[in-house]
Amino acid sequence: MALFCLLPILLMAQERPHLFTGAEIIPIAGDPIPNGVLIVQNGVVVAVGAAGEVEIPANAIPFDMRGKVIMPGLVDTHSHIGEGDGGDRSATLHPDVRIMDTIDPRSSTFRKALSGGLTSVNIMPGSGHLMSGQTVYVKPRPANTIEEMLIVVDEQTGIYGGLKMANGTNPLRAAGSPGTRAKSAAMVRELFVQAQEYKAKLDEADGDPEKMPARNLQMEALVEVLEGKRIVHHHTHRHDDILTAIRLADEFGYRMVLQHVSEAWKVADEIAAAGYPASIITLDSPGGKLEAINLLNINGRELEESGALFAFHSDDPIVDSRFLLRSAVMAVKEGMSREMALKALTLNGAAMMDIAHRVGSLEPGKDADFIILSGDPFSIYTHVEQTWIEGEKVWDRDNPEDRIYATGGYEIFRSSAHHHHHD
Amino acid sequence: MRITAFNLMGRVARTAGMTLTLVIISLFLNAPVTTAQIAVKGEIIYTMDGDPIQNGVVLIRDGKIERVGSESRVRIPSGYTVHEAKVVTPGFIDGRSVVGLAGYYNQQHDQDQLDTSGPIQPELRALDAYNAREYLVAFLNSKGITTIHTGHGPGAVISGQTMLVKTAGSTVDEALLDSTTAIAITLGSGVRNNFSSPGTRSRLVAVLRQELIRAKDYAEKRAAGENQTRSLKMEVLADLMDGKISAMVTAHTASDIITALRIQREFGFRMLLDGAAEAYLVLDEIREAGVPVILHPPMIRPFGEAKNASYETAALLKEAGIPFTFQSGFEGYVPKSRVVRYEAAIAAANGLGMENALYAATLGAAQILGVENRIGSLERGKDADLVLFDGDPFEYLTLVNAVIVDGVVVYPGE
Repeated sequence: MALFCLLPILLMAQERPHLFTGAEIIPIAGDPIPNGVLIVQNGVVVAVGAAGEVEIPANAIPFDMRGKVIMPGLVDTHSHIGEGDGGDRSATLHPDVRIMDTIDPRSSTFRKALSGGLTSVNIMPGSGHLMSGQTVYVKPRPANTIEEMLIVVDEQTGIYGGLKMANGTNPLRAAGSPGTRAKSAAMVRELFVQAQEYKAKLDEADGDPEKMPARNLQMEALVEVLEGKRIVHHHTHRHDDILTAIRLADEFGYRMVLQHVSEAWKVADEIAAAGYPASIITLDSPGGKLEAINLLNINGRELEESGALFAFHSDDPIVDSRFLLRSAVMAVKEGMSREMALKALTLNGAAMMDIAHRVGSLEPGKDADFIILSGDPFSIYTHVEQTWIEGEKVWDRDNPEDRIYATGGYEIFRSSAHHHHHD
Repeated sequence: MRITAFNLMGRVARTAGMTLTLVIISLFLNAPVTTAQIAVKGEIIYTMDGDPIQNGVVLIRDGKIERVGSESRVRIPSGYTVHEAKVVTPGFIDGRSVVGLAGYYNQQHDQDQLDTSGPIQPELRALDAYNAREYLVAFLNSKGITTIHTGHGPGAVISGQTMLVKTAGSTVDEALLDSTTAIAITLGSGVRNNFSSPGTRSRLVAVLRQELIRAKDYAEKRAAGENQTRSLKMEVLADLMDGKISAMVTAHTASDIITALRIQREFGFRMLLDGAAEAYLVLDEIREAGVPVILHPPMIRPFGEAKNASYETAALLKEAGIPFTFQSGFEGYVPKSRVVRYEAAIAAANGLGMENALYAATLGAAQILGVENRIGSLERGKDADLVLFDGDPFEYLTLVNAVIVDGVVVYPGE
């Protein structure tokens, strides 16, 4: 009921175009515009361009952004904010488990993400299973229900997330079996063979209720994967595990994003040749996790050189959401280009989640998700000042109630001792 | 097979990033020490002794700083190898680390920062477990950290001793600056994860006080020359009672910080407050106690006892006039060590400012750790520990051009 009452008000707030002038605009689609104009209305971008080249609507509400930098909201391709969970220890294959059923929309981690400039996030269950469950793509905006936060990839399928898979040491013995890497691959292949058979029955039935197989939530999710509607997000560290993930995806023809890909620098050309995108993380020092010991911050540079599509992720809490932008800058320090770093924080991640038609760049018709920075995105002294989602300002550093999520402070984040040794 | 070496070289050349860097670091750190005379020219030299010098020179001779001044005043004698950089600073000091006892593999065999056979073991010396050739030591050196206050970690009532070492040298003896700097005490709920008893925070304090009372008695008898059975445990605690070493007390919550100050008042030992995530709630009490703070890494994850950590705490400590420095702390997972320069940078950008952050991570740290006569600033007679940068040391994209420890270029730059 409350939502019903609010909707007309929200729409009214959006009716008049919002005009942002004076900032450097980094649209991602196209070169940076030193003195740019951004116009948004009804939740979408209406126009982006250089001052003097964009027609200004007479009734626009002006925002003076001189000295600021405006860019698309950041897309985090791998995060654990929202305090949700995934599969349990009863088994290692949970394609039917949905993290969306457990996320707390009121979690302070969402406001923390907004303070870091994140506007689209792939929230995943952990990596202690071969398949720990279905992921969810959300915008971390204030909401009472997770449904209000979903980014639906395709209205027809209604799909709003991927499927988390993992190989390497994390899934070993965590749920009893598998005990080896080879067994891991065999168990995954076995389940996909079943899913192929289930899909064949569905195809044969062709909608005839008499011939339809009994509903099976696990199989249904995997059929979505086999049909390319649901993307696999595959946690993997070591170079041989990366190649195994690729081998399995090739065998069953599913779409896959390689997640973490710690040793990407060893097999960057193979990743590019296979055509699977990679989602990477940077760390401040080597070591700490044996199979990721060779994770180097040169992954960005090596993947850029190889021509593979790649993006950055926080893996919050491994890297705090507030440092996602910093993560990409640390990769620039190791030799990748600034242009690609910004793209790998926005549009590339959106492409991996099938949402590039809506987010990731500032272009007419796309969602008005953007951030206002106090200056150069590559400087430590720069802060995110405002975060906007679909034309609404959802976080403002000038507001003390918002600001404290950027800095941290008393009783802001929940006390739960987060045990997250599986990424 | 001959191609093995060839392949390795090919891989190094191909990746040419950190792998190569670390190969070079290890080559340099194990190179014979030469006591060349060096002149470092900097567009800006942050000496920490007065205002920064524009277009300055630091002359280094026999491992010590010989002279510092502007280019117009300091003539570079012949025979000095000249290095140039945009920005020159003293070597960075990590206020609390476990690196060298804890290694980067994070496997049982390279994790010696905490022995869980007993909750009170002040007799454990840091130098007996320090691996000077640990990968992370060289890594930190390559980021401009030239001295670390390292040793036993948090997690026991008294986990052991800490020491000060340079991040160069291939044995602990070569690296050593101060063999026994502090004993590491932990208050709060973290201890119960490692020991069945003490199982509560108040039991922990009772156990600690009882031990300190014994130590006081031991110290008094020792001072009076009375015969008593020699106890390694009591000897070091008596040193604490006699003010020869400090107690580094880890406490994050405001309540545990206040308890730490209460114990300090009762026994009168020299104390360093470690962690202190909620220090901003009890600034007056900390200042009045005259206790310096070794602040948690600003990028510490906001969970558990550190859930209320703020990036602005350093700025608030500065404003309150409380001496403080930064630390890399202990990491049980990834990243296996934090880089104290990166941590100070976060504080610099959150109200503290560049020069205050630099001070805290150099001379401020040296003063808190009692070694300001040796390190922390660029002044005549001090150890020649310098870092050469191509810009602001806290900016993300600034590169290290060279790291000099005791007058030797131990790292040639990123």
